[in-house]
Amino acid sequence: MHFPCAAFVLSTFSQSLVLAGQMIASLDPKLVEIVGLSLGVSLAATLIAACIGLPLGAAVAVSRFPGRGTVIAVMNAMMGLPPVVVGLVIYLLLSRAGPLGHFGLLFTPEAMVIAQTVLIAPILAALARQTVEDAWVEYREQLASLGSKTLGSALTLLWDTRYSLATVLLAGFGRAVAEVGAVMIVGGNIDGVTRVMTTTIALETSKGDLPLALGLGVVLLVLVLALNFVAQATRHWAKARFG
Amino acid sequence: MADDAHAGGLPIVARGATYASGGTILLADVDLTLERGGRTVVLGANGSGKSTLLRLLHGLLTPTRGTVQWGGANARPRSHAMVFQRPVLLRRSAAANIRHALALAGMRGADADRRIHAALQAVELVQVSDRPARVLSGGEQQRLALARAWALAPDVLFLDEPTASLDPASTRAVERIVGEIHAGGTTIVMSTHNLPQAKRLADTVVFLHGGRIAEHTPAEEFFRAPNSVAAREFIEGERL
Repeated sequence: MHFPCAAFVLSTFSQSLVLAGQMIASLDPKLVEIVGLSLGVSLAATLIAACIGLPLGAAVAVSRFPGRGTVIAVMNAMMGLPPVVVGLVIYLLLSRAGPLGHFGLLFTPEAMVIAQTVLIAPILAALARQTVEDAWVEYREQLASLGSKTLGSALTLLWDTRYSLATVLLAGFGRAVAEVGAVMIVGGNIDGVTRVMTTTIALETSKGDLPLALGLGVVLLVLVLALNFVAQATRHWAKARFG
Repeated sequence: MADDAHAGGLPIVARGATYASGGTILLADVDLTLERGGRTVVLGANGSGKSTLLRLLHGLLTPTRGTVQWGGANARPRSHAMVFQRPVLLRRSAAANIRHALALAGMRGADADRRIHAALQAVELVQVSDRPARVLSGGEQQRLALARAWALAPDVLFLDEPTASLDPASTRAVERIVGEIHAGGTTIVMSTHNLPQAKRLADTVVFLHGGRIAEHTPAEEFFRAPNSVAAREFIEGERL
């Protein structure tokens, strides 16, 4: 009983995979549009989250204040924020009756950027804090001897750890682009407006339109793999080039 | 400047300076006055408190008891520099490392460029000025750290065992550079556990034993006839 069923799924899979390959090869307009929106939204979110998270992480790394341990624990805990909960909270904030309702952002790409920013800013902050603090241990006395103040030291170390932080940014982008829960809720998965790779995959799979879902899945996988390769190559190159 | 007795954060005066960390006393009851001009070598075995003393005198550490003052002031002067045992260099070019230090001292532009070039020339590193600092050899990195300190034209230069992890050729280069920096009018305070090096460089010896100053005497006298038993044993031990 199981065998024919498995064979059916397998043949559907291979047929879908062929169709998916054709869609990618022919740069199917619908596929290109969805991939483009996905990349745009996640890139914007990563940039905004970097502007918030990296300075924040560096500042916490080089300063000493009461309650610092708690701040770090909260930052680390927020790395695991559940996307659907973030989506729900942003949804409530942006909905017509919500405090930010009059901006009319719900179900727009901007809302998705906000949700992904909230999701990955803590990740960037926590990883930047760890990276910069490791460097701080090595540089602290030298920078103090040169008369560097806390803020200046944070900026110096952000620049000095730039290649490690590039890896951190890629990790944040990878998380954003592969996330489905938050963008589904605040974007609404509207065809041609807020439909991104992950939400499309979820929808098309449930509809049974596997070629598009698989095509997008392949693009997403390749993208995440490529990001990791780039991250690794950057680390190796920087290590050899700058020590 | 010469007629102002308190210029350049000198003399450095420690009174009953004690430093403890995690319940362990690393340095106890240090009374020490360092005047302008000389080369003071802080000598002692590993763990005798040399690094702690230098950090207290440079103001990187605050004594847990007692005081350290610089030219009568309680604040660490900007015109004192330090070179560490392991050079700490930023992930940028050799020249940019010096530029960073000069910028922190408020020096930019053509004046900074001149100083960078002169400092790199003095330590014979002009040819690698555009190379990333952290891929230079250990000896080159320490020379660059010296050039960075030299470019600041410090009144006092602290050196914490600057040759401890270097080969003989690099050690000689570092000693030559320290000599030239001193000849330029900088007061030198250097720690080492290397007796021959102390003999080559010291005008005055501060001998540390078990976190206390056992002896503070002119170098010639120290090596000829040490006053303390600990110093005698240290010198004897070196001869074995």
